[in-house]
Order: sequence, then structure tokens, then C-alpha cells
Amino acid sequence: MSSTTNPSTHHTSTIGAIGAPSRRNTELALLVFAVAIPVFAYANVGLAINNEVPAGLLSYGLGLGLLAGVAHLVVRKFAPYADPLLLPLATLLNGLGLVAIWRLDQSKLLQAIRQAGTAAPRQLMYTALGIALFVGVLLLLKDHRVLQRYTYISMVGALILLLLPLVPGLGQDIYGAKIWISVAGFSIQPGEFAKIVLAVFFAGYLMVKRDALALASRRFMGMYLPRGRDLGPILVVWAISILILVFETDLGTSLLFFGMFVIMLYVATERTSWIVFGLLMSAAGAIGVASFESHIQTRVQAWLDPMREYQLSRQGVKDGIIHSEQAMQALWAFGSGGTLGSGLGQGHSDLIRFAANSDFILATFGEELGLAGIMAILLIYGLIVERGIRTALAARDPFGKLLAVGLSGAFALQVFVVAGGVMGLIPLTGMTMPFMAYGGSSVIANWALIGVLLRISDTARRPAPAPASNPDAEMTQVVRP
Amino acid sequence: MNKPLRRIAIFCGILILALLIRSNWIQYVKADSLRNDPDNRRVTIARYSTPRGDIIVDGSPITGSKEVKTNGLNDLKYKRVYKDGPMWAPVTGFASQSFGATQLENIDDGILTGNDDRLFFRNTLDMITGKPKQGGNVVTTLNSAAQKAAYNGLKRRGKGAVVALEPSTGKILALASYPSYDPSSFAGNTNDDAKAWNKLQKKNNPDDPMLNRALRETYPPGSTFKVVTAAAALEYGLYTSADQSTDSPLPWIMPGTTTPLRNDGDLPCENASMREALRVSCNTVFGKIGSDLGNEKMLEQAKKFGFTQEHFTPVRANASVFSDDMNKSQTALSSIGQFNTAATPLQMAMVAAAIANDGRLMKPYMVDKLQSPSLDTIEQTQPEELSRPLSSKNAQILQSMMETVVKDGTGKNAQINGVTVGGKTGTAQHGVDNSEKPYAWFISYAKTSDGSSPVAVAVVVEDENANRSDISGGGLAAPIAKDVMEAVINSRK
Repeated sequence: MSSTTNPSTHHTSTIGAIGAPSRRNTELALLVFAVAIPVFAYANVGLAINNEVPAGLLSYGLGLGLLAGVAHLVVRKFAPYADPLLLPLATLLNGLGLVAIWRLDQSKLLQAIRQAGTAAPRQLMYTALGIALFVGVLLLLKDHRVLQRYTYISMVGALILLLLPLVPGLGQDIYGAKIWISVAGFSIQPGEFAKIVLAVFFAGYLMVKRDALALASRRFMGMYLPRGRDLGPILVVWAISILILVFETDLGTSLLFFGMFVIMLYVATERTSWIVFGLLMSAAGAIGVASFESHIQTRVQAWLDPMREYQLSRQGVKDGIIHSEQAMQALWAFGSGGTLGSGLGQGHSDLIRFAANSDFILATFGEELGLAGIMAILLIYGLIVERGIRTALAARDPFGKLLAVGLSGAFALQVFVVAGGVMGLIPLTGMTMPFMAYGGSSVIANWALIGVLLRISDTARRPAPAPASNPDAEMTQVVRP
Repeated sequence: MNKPLRRIAIFCGILILALLIRSNWIQYVKADSLRNDPDNRRVTIARYSTPRGDIIVDGSPITGSKEVKTNGLNDLKYKRVYKDGPMWAPVTGFASQSFGATQLENIDDGILTGNDDRLFFRNTLDMITGKPKQGGNVVTTLNSAAQKAAYNGLKRRGKGAVVALEPSTGKILALASYPSYDPSSFAGNTNDDAKAWNKLQKKNNPDDPMLNRALRETYPPGSTFKVVTAAAALEYGLYTSADQSTDSPLPWIMPGTTTPLRNDGDLPCENASMREALRVSCNTVFGKIGSDLGNEKMLEQAKKFGFTQEHFTPVRANASVFSDDMNKSQTALSSIGQFNTAATPLQMAMVAAAIANDGRLMKPYMVDKLQSPSLDTIEQTQPEELSRPLSSKNAQILQSMMETVVKDGTGKNAQINGVTVGGKTGTAQHGVDNSEKPYAWFISYAKTSDGSSPVAVAVVVEDENANRSDISGGGLAAPIAKDVMEAVINSRK
């Protein structure tokens, strides 16, 4: 069959979606590696630190293998045409993250200051929850277009999630950023979940409004200027991002949501002018807020001169601002790793102390696996993003396209903001490296994100139903599968 | 919708590319400077995770390593200990878990910790065979008997410094500074270590015991600088022998002023020969020589002896000072070691050594060789000629003048039985209007019967307890120089 048999897709899809092989066996083969590599890494850490293969190797390997196996079987049954790379890549990152978290659990320094010790078993539990949610998404969400129905409910849900950290008694202020809530002893980052829910809202909203936003405009200096009233939605999202920045003092989350919206708006309307507006507005917002918010000023200063911040922190300077040596410690970790790294278990990234196994987990990889390891990890993240966008390209419905590109774009922005912050490319923000960092919210939400992407790609790559059979032809077709 | 999607794909690719470039920047381009940043705790951890190699004098170590208890917050396994710490501190410097490392402990840190690239092959071999990493040794040129004589001499006299050199090679035989400090006292990272460290800081201790006076303090050299002026007179042909009369009126009014340059007492300085002028230490004669030669020639001569530049032994010594753009009277004062002229004890020892070595100045050094953990030599220091401040003929003329000083001049206290000693005393004034107590100087060399010179020495004493009139190079500094020279000669027998 050729794509011309399906007139609805031949002009939007560039890949031969119809009749594509399911690639489930490719996925299985890749999954074997995705489980085996972390298991070897785990053994490596144990041998380096304690001179013995860690006792938990078997249960850990089996646990990760079992989770990956369940995920694979569910995909095979309920999303047989889904993208074959996303699940193994996510599993590999999750597994490597577990190894690094376990490695930092062994650090006597972090144990002494109670920053680690039993994080790895918890993270394995979070992974199980994440995969459960992933399975749940694939089981319950038979078609992603169902989500369109919940456009405005999603908006309300996302707003609630975003505002939760501001509720007194529920919200937590950790090192200046208020993006956590505390429930029954667990810290949750609602922003991680809001990311997905918000993508659903934007996709549903933009699908309906995109024509109005794209066509009703005036031309000015080679750009299409939107009408005043169509500026409404972008102004609202911008205002909310600014509010997040002001009240939760978190540059990363704010940037993430606004960036995601601009990306989706651009894809929906195909108007470059939205990108220009978006960049101008985020620049104005960030500079405006930074001019009076001391927390953000500190972050910028730490980015411009991490050494000074390190010394202020060492001298215990108390001037109303929390000076942190983390930025410099992270740079030292990366630099000390050099090209090939010190080897797993043989670095000193525990010197970062606070959040060494969450926001700064990448520094552990930087030091122990070196430049080679960091480049591999960044490329894996890049692959996940590009597979997500490929899913968007292949999707046949605008809602699916928008949702897939929104989720992938948010994922890319998050990776950039976190890795860029830890490596000193941009100021630090309090977000976590997807799949790798210690933290339940992040792992669970990102597994759900992968689940949604797999669902969209399954729909996109699934062969179109065969044309209604001709009764005359029926007579002559004897052999049927 | 696919065109913008492709553009978004490229945009996300650029984000990842930016991260890749950044990681290359910090992990490849900047890796070495980040890795070796002294504030990077990994440097300290590497330094103290295994027993450090030792610094060796006369075949036996003057340092050691002690295992300490570790826990989560203290991850450093070994701490440095020192034998006779205060005596050797000017040589070793310190290696402290809390306060970094200086001098030899810092300069040869790579060898001592075993991280030096030259030990790479060996370390790789050890890694494969499962042996723990070991540090190499730093073998110094010092002579423990001379060091002991120098340190004990200073201890009796008060503040000061001693440097002894082997003139023919430039080997440093003694390098003492007093008051000193025990680097063991703050080698760890406990509260006691921090207290000991704070007590030694200049702001809490006006004696500044952590100052390495032998290398890092410049003193006005006073009359000992007259040998440099005498060398310039001979080299530039102003006078060609020690015994010809000089053109020296008494009193001598400094050019461009109405002030006479005064001698220290009623001395027979009028038209005295240089030998006589050096014997009794005439300010007028040498002041006029400097003024006659001029600023430029005097500076040139001082530079040839090593003034105005830092010396790396490999521990850095401050540059000694002889100014340029001075007028005639200022040049005259500078030529008798006053005005702006200032010298480290090492510098003045170099002057004495160059004269004793027949005019050849050897580069001073204190590290004889670096050894691998298995005691193979990794690097051997070869003596190196730094310059020729004066011809061998003129050097011998100057030697005979300096020998007269010790035989029947101001330096009698440095005489040693059966050994020819040449020297020069100095009493340098300092402070506003010379209000503070002068420094007592003595520079000298010894010559054995075979004509070779085993040792040249410079001693400076800042004595707060002595009376002003008591302070003279011959009385305070010469006996220390004598003990040091004797110690070197005896250890060679």
C-alpha cells in the first residue's frame, strides 16, 4: 500500500507511515542493552568503592529488567506501532540515574550531612510508580485525541498545580525557590506534572484558535502583526510565567512554560512573528523581575562569577542572601573529570553537598564518566527530543502534532535549562534532570510524558484501516491472513 | 504545520549542541585549570590520600606522614609531620590539610603526592598490579650541621636570617630564618590546627614568624654592599688595585648638596686605599666611588650580582633593589647600602659566593634531585652559571681585601684556625631618621688550604635587645657566620 491511498495524510506526513513494521523487536533488543549497561555500571561502582560486587546487584538488575519488561509487553500489546527508541532511551537514563544515586548514597560526606544514604531504593520505588503511570497512560488512553475534550479542565488543573506551592502550610521554600509542596512527608514538585497538563491545554486551545491567530493579522515590516485581541492568550500566559517568577522565584519553571507556549504557538500558526514577540516578552519579563528579586540576582551573580560566590559562602558572609558554593563545586567536578573521567565511584562530586543527587546529578556523570560520558548522555537526551518531534511530524491530526511538539519542546528546554545551569552556561535554576535526578515527581511525570508520546506515535504509525472490502473482490480473494 | 516543526527540531538540536560545546569547554579546554585549582578540594584530597613522599637532607628525611582518623567530614587520611619543623620551615614550607601548601611542599607537590606526569608510567603499572599510589622524594642540597649552626645562632641573637651557599655550584647549604614556626602544628584540620595557624599570622603576632626572612625579606645591606661598589670600581677601571690610594677627600661633601657623608667614627679614610677603606669600612671612599661611577654603572654591576630580579631556588626569592634614576648624592648613599638599596640575605650570600668563586656567580638552588618512590632519579639539578659579575683577576683582588677585613679589620670575630676567611661587616640604618635599631650584617666565605671555597654565607640580625652601639656586623653576625662556615668545613672532612 502506498500513502496515496490515504488522502488525509499524504500531504502532511513525510514518512511512509502506512504499513510500517511495528519495530517491537528492535525495541526489545535495545531494552536489553538499556538494562545491561546500568547493571554493569552498578557493579563497577561497587567494585570501585567497596572492592566487591554490590550485594543488591541481582535484585536491582531484576527490578529494572522487570519494570522494563512490563513496559515493553504493555507497549507490544496496547501500542504496537509506537516509536521503538523512546522506551529504551528513557530506561537507560533512568537506570544510569539510579546508579549515580546509589553511588552518592555511598558517600560518607553526604551521609554525615544527611543528604543521601537511602535515596536509591526510594528512587527505584519512584521508577516503579513512574512505569505504572506509563502503563496506565497506555491502557487508559486508547487515543490521544480524547484529551482534546479536557482542554479547559486541563487549564484549571494546570493553574492549580502551579499555584499549589504558594499555599501556606503546603508549599516549601528550599534554597530560595518555592516550587515544592510537602504532602505526608513527601516533597512533590507539582510543576513537573503541570508541564504535561499544560501541554494538553495549549494543544487543545491552539488547535481551535490557530486559524484566527494566523490569518487575522496585518503585515508590517515583513512580519505579520497579530491583532490586538489575539494577543490576549499570549499575554495571559506571559503574565502567569512572570507571576511564577515573582512568587515562586524560579526562573527555570517560568522559562519552561513560556517557552513551551511560544513553541506551540509558532507551530500552530506558522508565524515567525510569534517567536519574535515571545523572545522580546521573555527578555523583558526576566530582566524586569531580576531587577528587584534578590534571589534571581544571586543566581545571576553566581553564574557570572562562581568563584566569588564560593568564597563568600566559605567565609560565611551573611548579607541576607544565601551564598552557595554549588556552582563552583559543579564546575570543579566537570573539570576534574576531564576527557575520560575518574571512573564510576572514584570521583568527589559529593563535595557539591546539597542536591548533589538531584539538580546536580549531571556533575557526578561529568566527573566520573568524563566528557565522553556527558556527550553520550546529552546525545541520548537529544535523541529523545528528536524522536518526540518526529512523532509530531508523523502525527496526522493537528492536536497530536501540537501535543507531541509541546511535550518534546518542554523536555528539550528542561534539559537545556538544567544541564546549562549545572555546567555554568546559563544561571542555575531549581529543576531536575529528567529521569536521572533523584526525585519522585520528576521521574513519575516524565514516564507519563513518554507514555503520551508513545500513544501519539502509535496512532501516527499505525496502518490505516483497510478500505471497505468490495463484495465482488471477496469472492476471488481466497487466501486471507 | 510541518515546516515550523522542522524548524523546532533544528532549534532543539541547537540547544543540545550548545550544551555539547559547553561541556567540551569546561571538560577539555578548561579541564586542567579547574582540576588543579588550589581551591578545588580534590587537590587537597589527592595530596593527603596516601602518605606523602619526603623531603630529604643529608640522606635522612626531615618530614613524615601520619595516619589520622577519618570520617565523613574529614576525608583526609594522612597528615604531614616535620622533624625540627621550625629549623627547616624556611626550606620545606608547609603542607596543611586546612591551609594549603607552600614552598617545596607546593612546588614539588606532584612528585611528593605521586601525581606528577613523570610518574605516570609507574602509577599505571601500580594500578594494574594493585599497589597503592606512592609519592616520590625531594632530595635537597642542604647541610644539616650548617643549618643547625645557623638556626641556633639566630635563636641566641633574636630575629634574623642566614643563607649559606656552595660558591662553586650554587647549592644552598643553609637557609634559616628566626623567629620561625612549626609547620606540624597546623598540618591537620582540627580546631587546634586552626588556633595554631591564627596565632602565627602577622596580625596576631608582630614578629611575623611565617615570614621567610632568608628569601622574602629585603633589608638595607649597609656596608656589606661596599664589596659590590669595590667590584664596580675594579671592573670599570676606576681603580686597578687594592692598594693604590683613592681620590677621597675628608670630609666629603656629597655632590649637589651641602651635606658631608659621615663615617662611623674618626677613621683614617682620607685618600685611603680600597683595602684600607674596606677594612675600616669608610663611607666616604665608597660613597665617592659610587658617585664617580654613576648610577648606571653601579646598577649594571648590582644587576650582574643578581639584584633587581627574583630568583627561583626553586622557592621564589624576592628581587633585591638598586634604584635607577638617582642623582649623584643618592647614588653615593646607595653605594654604601643605604637610601633605597635593599637586599635579601640570599642576594648578599650570592655576592660573597661570586667573589669566592673567582667571579663566577652560580644559580642558587636547594633541590639536588627528585626521586621516584623506588628511589630512581627523575630529575637531577645541574649547576648553572648565572653571570660573571667580575673577572677572576679582580675577584682575587677583592678576595684579598675581604681577607684583610677578617684578619685585622672589623670582621675579626669570623676568624677560623687554619682556614682563610674573607668577609665584610655591615650595620644598616633604617626607619624614619634612622630611629629604629640598625640591622647587623656579615657576609663571608671560607677558603681551604687547596684554594677552593666550600662555603659563602650571609647573616643578618635584627636585634631588639641589644644597645644601639652594640650592634655591629662584627659583633652580632660574624660569630654566626663563623659557626656556619666551620660546620660546613667539618662536615666535609
